[in-house]
Amino acid sequence: MSRNTEPTLQAVGLTKRFPGVTALDSVSIDFHAGEVHAVVGENGAGKSTLIKLVNGVYRSDEGTLILDGSAVEFAGPREAWEAGISTTFQEINLQPFLSVAQNLHLGREPTRRFGLVDVQRMNTDATELLTRYGISIDVRKPLGSVGVAIQQMIAIVRAVSTDAKVVILDEPTSSLEPNEVEQLFRVIRILRDDNVALLYVSHTLDEIFEICDRVSVLRDGRLVHTGPVAEITRIQLVATMLGRDTTEVRTGKTAFNIEGRNPGTEPVLSVSGLTRSRLIHGVSLDVAAGEVVGLAGLLGSGRTETVESIFGLIGLDSGTVTMNGSSVKGGSPTTAVKRGIGLLPEDRNADGIVPTMSVRDNITLAANRSVAKWGFVSRAKVNKLVDKYVERLQIKVADLNQSVAELSGGNQQKVLLARLLCFDPEAVLLDEPTRGIDVGAKAEIQGLIDELALDGLAVILISSELEDVVEGSNRVLVLKDGTVVGVLVGDQISEESVMDIIAEVNVESAVAP
Amino acid sequence: MKSIDVSRPPAPPIGEQPQGRSELVLGFLRRTPAVPVLLIVLVVGALAFGGSFLSARNFASMAVASSFLLIISVGMTLVIISGGIDLSVGSMLALGAVLTAYAARWGSVPAILVPLVVCTLIGATQGVLIGKGRMPPFIVTLAGLLFARGLAFKVSDNGNVTHVIPSGEWVTALGQSTLLGVGLPAWIALGVLLSGMVILYRMRFGLSTYALGGSEEAARLMGVRVDRMKILLYTLMGLLCGIAGLLVAARSSSGLSTIGSGLELKAIAAVVIGGTLLTGGFGGLTGTLAGVLLLGVIENLINQIGTLSSFYQLVVSGTFLIAVVSAQSLFARRELRRSGEVVF
Amino acid sequence: MTTLSRPAQLVSSKGAGTLIREKGVYLALGALVLFNLIATPNFASLRNVQLQLVQVSPVVIVALGMALVIGTEGIDLSVGATMALAASMVSLFIDRSPWMAIGMALVAGVVAGLLNGSLVAFLGIQPIVATLGLFVAGRGVALAFTKGRLVEIFDPTLEALGRDRLLGIPISAVIAMVLGIAIAIVVRRTSFGRNIIAIGGNPRAAVGAGLPVRPVIVSVYIICGALAALAGVLVTSRSAAADPSFVGLLIELSAITAVVVGGTPLTGGRVRVLGTVAGALLMQLVFSTLIRHDLSDSDARMVQAAIIVAAVYFQRDRGAQ
Repeated sequence: MSRNTEPTLQAVGLTKRFPGVTALDSVSIDFHAGEVHAVVGENGAGKSTLIKLVNGVYRSDEGTLILDGSAVEFAGPREAWEAGISTTFQEINLQPFLSVAQNLHLGREPTRRFGLVDVQRMNTDATELLTRYGISIDVRKPLGSVGVAIQQMIAIVRAVSTDAKVVILDEPTSSLEPNEVEQLFRVIRILRDDNVALLYVSHTLDEIFEICDRVSVLRDGRLVHTGPVAEITRIQLVATMLGRDTTEVRTGKTAFNIEGRNPGTEPVLSVSGLTRSRLIHGVSLDVAAGEVVGLAGLLGSGRTETVESIFGLIGLDSGTVTMNGSSVKGGSPTTAVKRGIGLLPEDRNADGIVPTMSVRDNITLAANRSVAKWGFVSRAKVNKLVDKYVERLQIKVADLNQSVAELSGGNQQKVLLARLLCFDPEAVLLDEPTRGIDVGAKAEIQGLIDELALDGLAVILISSELEDVVEGSNRVLVLKDGTVVGVLVGDQISEESVMDIIAEVNVESAVAP
Repeated sequence: MKSIDVSRPPAPPIGEQPQGRSELVLGFLRRTPAVPVLLIVLVVGALAFGGSFLSARNFASMAVASSFLLIISVGMTLVIISGGIDLSVGSMLALGAVLTAYAARWGSVPAILVPLVVCTLIGATQGVLIGKGRMPPFIVTLAGLLFARGLAFKVSDNGNVTHVIPSGEWVTALGQSTLLGVGLPAWIALGVLLSGMVILYRMRFGLSTYALGGSEEAARLMGVRVDRMKILLYTLMGLLCGIAGLLVAARSSSGLSTIGSGLELKAIAAVVIGGTLLTGGFGGLTGTLAGVLLLGVIENLINQIGTLSSFYQLVVSGTFLIAVVSAQSLFARRELRRSGEVVF
Repeated sequence: MTTLSRPAQLVSSKGAGTLIREKGVYLALGALVLFNLIATPNFASLRNVQLQLVQVSPVVIVALGMALVIGTEGIDLSVGATMALAASMVSLFIDRSPWMAIGMALVAGVVAGLLNGSLVAFLGIQPIVATLGLFVAGRGVALAFTKGRLVEIFDPTLEALGRDRLLGIPISAVIAMVLGIAIAIVVRRTSFGRNIIAIGGNPRAAVGAGLPVRPVIVSVYIICGALAALAGVLVTSRSAAADPSFVGLLIELSAITAVVVGGTPLTGGRVRVLGTVAGALLMQLVFSTLIRHDLSDSDARMVQAAIIVAAVYFQRDRGAQ
């Protein structure tokens, strides 16, 4: 298909800053009609910021948006919508108890006199619309009564039905089964044939290679690659997403020093057959004292869900967790903590820090047993404990009484780490310990992880920074779609080998190259 | 163009959803537990009290007694579906009643206009504070509760005076006359309910309240004018309180400034019993009607017993509320767990 | 599968805005006391002070319990009904012995709190709705016990509770003060108190740290219920009568107002005990100042409404949206 010469939508030098971080740095991408353009990148790479700039939620600090040749600026999402830019979201934000037709028209229902909704017309319009995309259902039925895949397609059709020129699909397949994904793709192809410019945000390689025409990769807020899908291999794409140049093999990028470690032979933490429908399937692993086991994989591969289920934060359909030979029952964080397992959460703002409490109190949050006697907290003991860890972890804070929300990301992470250590765990689960913090702090945390291992803790390490996993782990498990697809030990561990396993072509979808 | 065959059973979405017509009905009954409970209670009442309960006269009097609560609950339903709450309704009702009685000295038309205008204005003020001012509805309407009650007292000379509607005024007919044997307030309440249904299910504004309650952020992203809607919702609520207050005054020919205390909570109870989720985004007016009727029937039944004090009515209502809400909650938590959310 | 959420932005740089936010209630209280000293006759008289203290004590006690509940991001609308329950218990058991009557009243409060707390913690019902049930039913139960009548209480112990003074301070005020100190200690110095703040501040973090979230939640509602019962006993002893129709009517409003005006946010995570007490005192003083200066009951309410709106307006988390 020949490309239109003029792009429908152009992002030119878009920059967006938030306090403390530049989310998007001078990003320029062209989106053409009749093309499915994939936008990929790991968490924090800037994907969602870009989307929100395009669909009017944010306004850019620098740069412009050009729609059909003229520069535009949207006061809000409604204006973007009216200008022809529609978005569908990861979670289907429609109303399950209103009818399909009502959902399709929500916000712009056809009306008769007195502002009454013209139900007749709404239903006929809806039916017509859906038939165009090959969907035939009774539009009067409640939305919730049709399958999730159809709901997702209806969401897309809704997005298109306002004569949209640009449709943004934000992770449209995240809640779909594989056969449902095929149905979705049929709708997308029809849209493409209708000359809509489609932005496809996803992290699933198979989808990108099956349905997308072009791909742009964001990393750390910058555009690192843009071009036709046909001109890039899977492994090249993975490498670009993770920030690796496949021709270079760099060593010693991190502060990790595996050599000094001396892991035991008996597993301290042992999990087997962890299964939770749709999230993880049959995940098993062992960690010995002094050993670091890294979990590698792309977004959505089930790493976080694995550690969350070990910690008892989410329930398991089946599987066992064992500490030092005896099983951990009760599946709750309280039990996990009692048995000596600690979790450093992935999202420290949502799940970690208590913004209304001071640094001091945040550190000793879980240490009530150590610092309190008969329920009364001993200031002296708190201070002793806090000083010990501030010193050891080198937490930089002006005043221990200040709110923890004022600390830098790196220091917050250290606070959370200190909190973990306060109750003397035997096993620690670290989920993205170096995310969103500056280089210096990263090195410090890496060194701390080494120390933990040297102290004899069993460590599970999750990081989307491949270098952390590769250089910090004694063993690496590679996860994909909730299952362990590969295990690397010792010398086998290298960035290349990990990426190879991740990029491995599925048997079902034999997509070249 | 290939048609996607959807006749095969679709993959189960979150929770079992009804499919056929009988399943739709069952689903409705399950979501609105108030309806079957109401039916059961009616049957029990009929069996226990026979004629005195089942008489047309009794039903008519129940209808009128419930009408004021129904009018307010219609507005409360919309507010709760949108994810908000309004604690000022009881006091606004009192204010409406007092103003009606007070303004009646100037004629029946002022007796109608004054309370409606004032209550609507107060509602609008609350709406602006909530919508544009982004203040939490709980606090704003709490303040509104105090303010409206204070104003009602003020007009009643600190509760010392109870204004009486002069006997010649026709405004009392609104509260005291009957149509087909049933008092006018009940018909007006019915009218309000039907209007409410039209607004909720057949107008853009109403349909958008679901989106608003489901997720305010998502609604904004879908282009819903959230701030404007909130203002309109609370303004409407104010108007409805004015109407209800007007009817109360018309019925008793006077405006007692102490009425309506706790009415807001009764309205919330009726709405919640009716199946509307307090978190917003889900619910409906049929459930509210059932909830209001249920509370009314319970009250009536307890009165029928006679020897039992009316306090038991409060006990039973409260217990119903707890039972229904617990059931709803258990159901909802099961759904959440299935979708992988972290739940306590 | 989430990106790092935006950091919580807490305004804590010192400035005039912060001053009002955090200390506003004390400033207002101080200003009002000053005004009264100048403008209101007999304000500083012992008799008046005692009167004000007696009137405000039940509110303070209920507000203390409410503050703990609000600290966990909850709310308890049933405190008034619990007070009524307590009053009815007193009337039922006063013939046996005054201590038994008081004891049973407190038991009633504990049971009420247990019910509320369990609904919230174990069934996950929203606090407004959970406590709404008892709000509706509780007063009914209380009325059923006393058959709807006002029961006069003739008992020396209870009379003493209501009338006696310790060093010039009414006993109920002494009790309120002691409780205030106790609650303040609990909040600041016990692990229980810290758990409350953690749960209200970030419930997910509290769960993730392995804190005993459910027991703590149930406990705060039990405490709130017990304190409300105590307040009910005090009111009963003060008026020498148990009147379940009117005891505690609208007290939930006063308590919530005191807590909010005193600087404890409804979103939980912070409990300002002293502020709560000051808030209760402030609202009481506003009320009585207006009455003394011939403004009516009605004006007083409207002023209260304005104060609440202003208080919350100033406490808004700037820049959080």
